[in-house]
Amino acid sequence: MSVTVKIPTQLREMTGGAAEVVAEGATVQAILDSVFSDFPALKDRLVDENGLRRFVNLYVGGEDVRFLDGLETAVEDGGELTVLPAVAGG
Amino acid sequence: MPPKSLKCKECQEEYPLEALYACSRCFGPLEVSYDSFVGRDPEELRRRIQAGPNTLWRYADFLPVSKPPVGALPTGMTPLIKAERLGKELGIDELWIKSETANPTHSFKDRVVAIALARALELGFDTFACASTGNLANAVAAHAAAAGVPAWVFIPSDLEKEKITATAIHGARVVGVEGNYDQVNRLCSEIANERDWAFVNVNLRPYYAEGSKTLGYEVAEQLGWKLPNHFVAPVASGSLHTRIGRAFDEWREIGLVDSPLPSMHGAQAAGCAPVANAFAEGEDLCRPVKPDTIARSLAIGDPADGPFALELARRTGGAIEAATDDEIREGISLLARTTGVFTETAGGVTIAVLKKLAERGSFGPGESVVAAITGDGLKTPDAISDSISFETVAPQFEAFEQLERVEVTA
Repeated sequence: MSVTVKIPTQLREMTGGAAEVVAEGATVQAILDSVFSDFPALKDRLVDENGLRRFVNLYVGGEDVRFLDGLETAVEDGGELTVLPAVAGG
Repeated sequence: MPPKSLKCKECQEEYPLEALYACSRCFGPLEVSYDSFVGRDPEELRRRIQAGPNTLWRYADFLPVSKPPVGALPTGMTPLIKAERLGKELGIDELWIKSETANPTHSFKDRVVAIALARALELGFDTFACASTGNLANAVAAHAAAAGVPAWVFIPSDLEKEKITATAIHGARVVGVEGNYDQVNRLCSEIANERDWAFVNVNLRPYYAEGSKTLGYEVAEQLGWKLPNHFVAPVASGSLHTRIGRAFDEWREIGLVDSPLPSMHGAQAAGCAPVANAFAEGEDLCRPVKPDTIARSLAIGDPADGPFALELARRTGGAIEAATDDEIREGISLLARTTGVFTETAGGVTIAVLKKLAERGSFGPGESVVAAITGDGLKTPDAISDSISFETVAPQFEAFEQLERVEVTA
């Protein structure tokens, strides 16, 4: 189960400049765990003691995971998880 | 007050004054921070403002850019109208309407664009862009045309045709995204990652947000250097509502006004009320929604400044309320009949919520209330076209006399 994770510019110094990384997992949570094990410095940027930081948005197939099953949202093999700051727009 | 840095509202990390908008440590929003205002002589600052131009640039001491680019559209200093008849109808002793319809593209968005584009030019950008529910699209396209810089404007593809026309006419590349505003916004965040463009409400957002403060400064100056007891503003992303609050906070701190902070009320459409819902439920975070409302300019289901709007309303004794589509139409009509100001749907939301607050007794005897009317009714005529009465007559006096005898029911 491998998926593409799109990394925003703010976090690319943690991925060696990569805009996309490949991760394993069938749910958003499993994919994030896989990304954090490959790039441990990312974890602190996205997660705090209460879980996902409040200004982090996650999208599966273009849909905000809060409209799906949150961190339990299933991601298909070959799918895409997009990480974006929540502070744009208006 | 020279701008000092960009500072994260969450973790206080500081960044240089560049095209950055999210903290790379915690993803929190970045905001322009200034050298301390304290210690400056308020009288001297007041004289500098009064000697300034009759535009929002008179407040340059409190902005991240010191002057407009050559040829900039004159923005701001819109009328503050004493709304006696509307006040009487709603039982409000002192009611003022801040009419943003008088801006160059007929909405408050000219303010944010004026500041964001001036900063973008200073930073050397050669392409402007935005994600918009319509009014921002108009403003970016027009101000970009005035500056002679190409613009890419992204909007929901089913937006009101008036807003599409008023944007495309300026020569902007207008792209209708097949989705709602939040999807437009997500796409633009992705494009901003990959293109070196000045997205006014993405990578330039800290500067953009500062433009909204000028609405607050103007109201304070126009009221004779004092603040109202209550302020009612529409809430989409929450950026306008919170920056008016910031403007008032800054001037109180410096001593330019010595009034208490107004109760900062927010108005949302019931069909897109993530902030009003969280307010009613006592939550600190806004659960995103899928918008379904005639108030397209407020149709942001995932508001970036939602948590800060909640915090401001609660801190000041304000409320964040929602109005249904029917109440919005009634609000548009009520404002037009009693003040002569024709607003777009967002203003209908504001008036409908103003009415609710008045009926609930939120405004005490003798208290002053300012309501922000953020855009012109000619932008959204379809919203009220069914309720408009229109008669025809043959070009003969007798025909007119016959018509005159017919009672018209409102």
